[in-house]
Amino acid sequence: MTYDGSDGQPVRALENINFSMSQEDIVTVLGPSGCGKSTLLNIIAGFLSPTAGHVLIDGREITGPGQDRGMVFQHGALFEWLTVGENISFGPRMAGVEAQKCAEKVEELLGLVGLNGFRDTPIYNLSGGMQQRVALARCLANNPDVILMDEPLGALDALTREKMQTLVLKLWQETRKMVFVITHSVEEAIFLGSRLVVMAPRPGHIVKEFQLPFAAAGRDANPREIKSSREFIAVREEVLEMIWSMEEQLSPAGV
Amino acid sequence: MSEANVSKKRMFFLYRLWNTDGLAQRKTVTFGDPAAVQGGAIWGVVSVLVTALIWQFVSMAEIVSPLFWPSPEAVWTKFVVIATEGYKGFTLAEHLGISLYRVLAGFGLGCLFGIPVGLGMGLNKVIKGWMDPLIEFYRPVPPLAYVPLVIIWMGIGDSGKVLLLFLATFSIIVISARAGVASVAIEKIHAAYSLGASRWQILRHVILINALPEIFTGMRVAMGVCWGTLVAAEMVAATSGVGWMVLNASRYLNTDIVLMGVILMGVVGFTIDMCMRSLEKKLIPWKSKGRS
Repeated sequence: MTYDGSDGQPVRALENINFSMSQEDIVTVLGPSGCGKSTLLNIIAGFLSPTAGHVLIDGREITGPGQDRGMVFQHGALFEWLTVGENISFGPRMAGVEAQKCAEKVEELLGLVGLNGFRDTPIYNLSGGMQQRVALARCLANNPDVILMDEPLGALDALTREKMQTLVLKLWQETRKMVFVITHSVEEAIFLGSRLVVMAPRPGHIVKEFQLPFAAAGRDANPREIKSSREFIAVREEVLEMIWSMEEQLSPAGV
Repeated sequence: MSEANVSKKRMFFLYRLWNTDGLAQRKTVTFGDPAAVQGGAIWGVVSVLVTALIWQFVSMAEIVSPLFWPSPEAVWTKFVVIATEGYKGFTLAEHLGISLYRVLAGFGLGCLFGIPVGLGMGLNKVIKGWMDPLIEFYRPVPPLAYVPLVIIWMGIGDSGKVLLLFLATFSIIVISARAGVASVAIEKIHAAYSLGASRWQILRHVILINALPEIFTGMRVAMGVCWGTLVAAEMVAATSGVGWMVLNASRYLNTDIVLMGVILMGVVGFTIDMCMRSLEKKLIPWKSKGRS
């Protein structure tokens, strides 16, 4: 993926990104800012078309956005003029699904994300964590094959974030969907990812891929326990080491 | 409830009387704190009363001739007389009605055409390119400046006045609708595409609704400007309307009628804005709550 930068020089945003996901995967992507992880997500979502290469789902090439790939954004993507229920049923309603079926779907998803009784609440009366629950439910309402999350928990406070991580794992295990999560948090990346992809900038490329056991265990176990386990800490230190050495190469003077 | 509890409640009530504002009273720094200027409606009442008193006092002292400075009673009497007997063939209600009709017609047409044009400019490069110079050219010209042109083209009927008010509304609405489109977070658009919405559905369910707060603000501004342009519009060879009444009365130095007309226009304008504000709260409840 190459595009023209602000100074007219072509910028090589991504190079040699080569990987595949299967139904069982929850993939987290980690890397310093400017490593092209958002560009990668936008290409998979279909909002950008790559200058070279292609993305395939079930062998079909992606040419634009579609219902098979649900999106969860960090912030600002909910429709604040609609209630919780109307947000969740947005996809089915646009597709012309009958009201009765929409209502059933909404009730089912409200239960799944833990928002029972909030169907008629306006979005602006919800806390940040609850808004992200709505965003997750809204994307699930369309029954996508893949869920793409762009820093989904980045705007939440630390406590809410931990709770939401468990919810993400629960949804992943119950719906058996492919999940692709971009995050800034090393801990989150290791905890959520059954596979963790570490990317480096200039141009964006994959440096290392991990297969991790924590996501599979994370739903039922105590997240604090997992995160303080020796195995978890070992991976965390390794990843932090990589990220730090990248940062040092980028700005040797340090800040 | 126990006796002690009740007396505690009473104590608390007394305490509340003394400390009307709780936490706000405990703030040590208030200058520059926006919360410190909340409330204060009581001063509005005081200011109106004091102004009225000064008015009354100056008339009673006869510092200025009543010909130029009519007393509050004189203005009130004129109001009653014109409301019952009328002014130059029309009652006050008729003058007001015809003015309101002109404003609402001009304003309504301005919205009817302004909103789609503004949305179009926000969504399409070609439409933006076409309309931008035209609107930016005529927008800063005060409506009074094209009154002669409007007389030449439209004659002396109502259509000329409506056209003037239409022009005043149109540019404001176009600009606000365009800004409303620009204000949409790209995440909302992307989310809607990913949820399978078509372009038309995105326009209707996301872009248009998202632009409503800006459009409504524009409508409020435009309504104010319209009401303000009314006098200019009714200079166009009119024989009725509040603006015309004021202009006509000034020619005969009927200062009491002029003053009455001015106050009336102020009150009506204020009432319309209050109505629009409450409508805004009802239709766009999410506006003041911040964007999620």
